[in-house]
Amino acid sequence: MDILEDILQKEAKKSEKYKTTDVEKNVELELDLGNLLALDTNDLNLQELKSHKEKYLLNLARDNTQLLLNKLWDLPSERREDIVVAKLPAGTLRLPREKPCPKPKPLTKWQEYALEKGIKKKKKTNAVWDDIVQKWIPRFGYKKAELERQKDWVLEVPGNADPMEDQFAKKAEKKKEKVSKNEFQRLRNIAKAKKIKVPKEGLPSVANPSSDLLNTAAKVARVSTASLGKFQPKLPKEKTLKENVIAPKRVKRDHSKISSIDEKSSHLKIIDSILGKKPKLDIEKAVNRQVFQEQHERSEEKKTQKSKGGKKRRKTSIPSKARKGGKISKPRVGKVNTKKGKGGVGGGRKRR
Amino acid sequence: MPSLQRVQKPTTRKGKKILLAKEPKVFEDVKKKLFLTGRKASEVLRNCSKDLYKLSKPHAVILSRKNDILPFENIVPVENLCRNNDASLFFFSTTNKKRPNSLTIGRLFDGRLLDMVEFCINDYKSFDQFTASIPAETKPCLVFSGELWEQSQELAKVKSLLVDVFRGEVIDAVRLQGLEHVIMFTATNDNILMRSYQIQLKKSSTKLPRVELEDLGPHIDMVLKRTKFASEDLMKRACRTPQEAKSKPKKNVSKDALGTTHGRIHMGKQKVGTIQTRKMKGLKKTAAEKRVARKSKKAN
Repeated sequence: MDILEDILQKEAKKSEKYKTTDVEKNVELELDLGNLLALDTNDLNLQELKSHKEKYLLNLARDNTQLLLNKLWDLPSERREDIVVAKLPAGTLRLPREKPCPKPKPLTKWQEYALEKGIKKKKKTNAVWDDIVQKWIPRFGYKKAELERQKDWVLEVPGNADPMEDQFAKKAEKKKEKVSKNEFQRLRNIAKAKKIKVPKEGLPSVANPSSDLLNTAAKVARVSTASLGKFQPKLPKEKTLKENVIAPKRVKRDHSKISSIDEKSSHLKIIDSILGKKPKLDIEKAVNRQVFQEQHERSEEKKTQKSKGGKKRRKTSIPSKARKGGKISKPRVGKVNTKKGKGGVGGGRKRR
Repeated sequence: MPSLQRVQKPTTRKGKKILLAKEPKVFEDVKKKLFLTGRKASEVLRNCSKDLYKLSKPHAVILSRKNDILPFENIVPVENLCRNNDASLFFFSTTNKKRPNSLTIGRLFDGRLLDMVEFCINDYKSFDQFTASIPAETKPCLVFSGELWEQSQELAKVKSLLVDVFRGEVIDAVRLQGLEHVIMFTATNDNILMRSYQIQLKKSSTKLPRVELEDLGPHIDMVLKRTKFASEDLMKRACRTPQEAKSKPKKNVSKDALGTTHGRIHMGKQKVGTIQTRKMKGLKKTAAEKRVARKSKKAN
């Protein structure tokens, strides 16, 4: 029993030596450990606060912090990068965000189309090997233009082209058009995303419009009435319209002047044209329809057929032009590429 | 006709990055603070904003130029300054005869004012008057004492603002020995007392440490003056959590007593009969066989 008493005494001495970690409060603190936040709703001792302000506040803060830290020490801990950390729960106090929740980006026209068709973006290599310069040429960006210039120091004049035409200028123009088309599409996509209505024709809004543009604007405004500008008074100094680009020309018909014979003949013409209609035989269409029907039949047959067989097809009397991938070994004549003799047969599958 | 002129792409990579950083995010960064001075600021206010700036570094910007702004009359210039600095919290200090030592604290949502409160500072003690110090970027513990924080609706809103202003980074784990700073706000009937202390962890007889505090500063005694709170609707909109940030419960995953993770997987029915095995020439059907098969199919 001596030993037990000894230990108890030691413990008592120890606890005497150190101050306690317990704090007594009438109302328990509301803690939000996620935000390291404590709310003490106990009544303040106002007298004490007046007489010994700083001391009272320090003690109050100490007690509340002790309670908060006691709870924090009870949290499950974890080792992260050689440091023991306490895992905090999510904060309970709801605080406003800085900016609204992010919205999903609206898809571009192409992205919508690709999604619908199930087209997936394929990863392309950054550079392509070029046999002429014997170098890897980047697809775009840094050093691409320089290498392209090296490669295209001379350009072939196509067979049917005007020999005096500047092929370089033509190429540059083509490139310029591509760029501006892309820019147009980009702006259209932005307008679509922001739900701005863009006028289909007529007047783009420009910072400094030219006189031509303003003239067109005046023309558009002129004919933008219910009577298509018929009763619109003329403005001072308004230029006469050379041609009405916007509104279609109205053909005036004077019904009073038509003679009865003319009227009769015109009506008869109409009747003749309606009654004398003959059905047109579109051979290509008919053939296509036949081909489609047969293919459809075969595919249906295949679906019902459980065992997986080969792909052999029946012979049909369809001209080879309409078929793709069939097994008739008729040489192709129609589509030989005369410009560049690399592939030989262009389009479709290669045959031997 | 709406114009499309100002649709501009950032020309440089850096510019693009800056614009991207300003866009709304699912998990937001720390709110940046902007310290502004009005037409005139007293020494107390200047010291106060300097000290608060030191506390909130590096997520803060202090502007030294004087501004002819009265936030309670016209908030637009403050909003503009905040937008330029990508800040959503502001401290505006100005002093005049009618409102001496007034410090306005406010926050923005989506570049617009959400709420702001004006305090009149009665008594101020800066960092310099105390010896204790803490390392920079220490996340403080926040303590609110006094029953008024709960009873008064106005003070409850002020509390939300103060937490937003002083809580610092949002974290999911904390090194316990690194808890070195506590800020206490005490609400008495007429005053709000802000006290900031350094925490010292002492040995105790139990596993828990004994907490001792030392004055760190700043000490601010202030009175709540004018307020402008957000409408309930706007506050609700601002407090919305994005769907991506909400954690979903994990299904079919469990842990046993030994700490091994068990998962349950549901497999669809496998069609063993029709599965494609390795193709071999020898097993291929001849043309004649296929024809027979097709004919029998047709006959059926």
